[in-house]
Amino acid sequence: MINTNEILETIHMIDQQHLDIRTITMGISLLDCADPDPKSACRKIYEKITRQADRLVATGEAIEREFGIPIVNKRISVTPMALVAGASQCESYVPFAVAMDDAAKATGINFIGGFSALVQKGATPADRKLVASIPEALAITDYVCSSVNVGSTRAGINMDAVAAMGRTIKQAAERTADRGGFGCAKLVVFCNAVEDNPFMAGAFHGVGEPECVINVGVSGPGVVYHALQSVKGASFDVVAETIKKTAFRVTRMGQLVAQEASRRLGVPFGIVDLSLAPTPAIGDSVARILEEMGLAVCGTHGTTAALALLNDAVKKGGVMASSHVGGLSGAFIPVSEDEGMIAAAASGALHLDKLEAMTCVCSVGLDMIAVPGDTSAATISAIIADEAAIGMVNSKTTAVRIIPAPGKVVGDTVEFGGLLGSAPVMPVHPFGSDAFVARGGRIPAPMQSLKN
Amino acid sequence: MRAIVTVLGKDRVGIMSLVCSLLAERNVNILDISQTILQDYFTMVMLVDASESALPFAELAALLAAEGEKRDLDIRAQREDIFNAMHRI
Repeated sequence: MINTNEILETIHMIDQQHLDIRTITMGISLLDCADPDPKSACRKIYEKITRQADRLVATGEAIEREFGIPIVNKRISVTPMALVAGASQCESYVPFAVAMDDAAKATGINFIGGFSALVQKGATPADRKLVASIPEALAITDYVCSSVNVGSTRAGINMDAVAAMGRTIKQAAERTADRGGFGCAKLVVFCNAVEDNPFMAGAFHGVGEPECVINVGVSGPGVVYHALQSVKGASFDVVAETIKKTAFRVTRMGQLVAQEASRRLGVPFGIVDLSLAPTPAIGDSVARILEEMGLAVCGTHGTTAALALLNDAVKKGGVMASSHVGGLSGAFIPVSEDEGMIAAAASGALHLDKLEAMTCVCSVGLDMIAVPGDTSAATISAIIADEAAIGMVNSKTTAVRIIPAPGKVVGDTVEFGGLLGSAPVMPVHPFGSDAFVARGGRIPAPMQSLKN
Repeated sequence: MRAIVTVLGKDRVGIMSLVCSLLAERNVNILDISQTILQDYFTMVMLVDASESALPFAELAALLAAEGEKRDLDIRAQREDIFNAMHRI
């Protein structure tokens, strides 16, 4: 029998350290729903999602009860919608988002990702229509998440798409101005987007994926934070080992839940995403882990190094614990969703420039950042371009999820509620990038040798 | 199917009897028990076999939790697999 201390340790992790499975995400291919008649395509989309995900929520809840481990979210990702809707003869793709939203509501999940386009090298007419439909789609649906991939290490950066996304983000904010620009919280701009990411808002079901798949995202910043409290003052060798061991345990639990969900649903297991995903709850913060390493506040000098160690140790610990690791896997640094990040940003210690540096060594990018409502589309595009360049050159996923909060200025706070938390409005540089963004075209793919 | 039942709460007369009766009434067999008192706090861990119970396991877990709550005890039943996964390679 497992010894009592191990059992109590697990229960303590769940009860007091916010250990949970962050999401079970079912990926569903919608490629066979393409139809020249948009109404018929939407009907097929609704029917396929509700059929495949019929038992998703009930199964997740049953596993939760039997194992005594919270599964916070049950979600769905689908084929990038531009690929499906492209076959239909219509100008707006908003009805496709509505079909996704209706299916999400019918299945009882809380987010559906995949209102997406992949335009890293160029856009098809369908991709352009999808991007043009994003602001309205996000304003009138509740659960639909959208993402656009504008760059990759192999293709370079599509600067026309970067410019378009700056404008799209502004429009999405304006269309949801009554909710603090909430539409932008459901919109991610990627470089090197992955096909099997279970986390929202950037999840979509890539074309290289099977018909249907189960991906699981674990969490556990609170567990890592607690583990580090027991090695105060120890060297970084000890810190790294402690994080690895903790990540191993957390991931083993994710692997177990993923296999169980896959077996019960009769759907293949895809990957476990080893991410440290924070929430606004006290004790569930990535920023506080960095501070536990000895920083007075997240954002000060040393933050990037601390995050690099954390991100790497999480991967090393988790990779042996799961048969298939994928998705984004690393530490997330969403400002509004992390109690410590919110505090650091509100105190003025954490700036956009430092966050950008941190994204060079963490799993994703500039995430859930509120900026003043009068930030120009060109400035947002330039922020996206900077972030995409980091991802492109370093062969990693980077993303921008930024909210130009309508009517808000630096010092204000935007409330999103729930897991999305609240974001202090952060300043952007006042100097324009308009002529830079207006050039358009493509930034060529980088060298893969002569690395310096 | 094997499961771990943990009982945590302020120590008093009859906790063991209560939990054992609840399990026996549902035809759940107790395989192993470990129990200690930590600073007046009753801590019991049981390994049980619920495969002969007619009650679905999720409902058994809910029932134990509810019965515990009535008496200010934290009783939970979890499948053994989760602990094996976390602590054994």
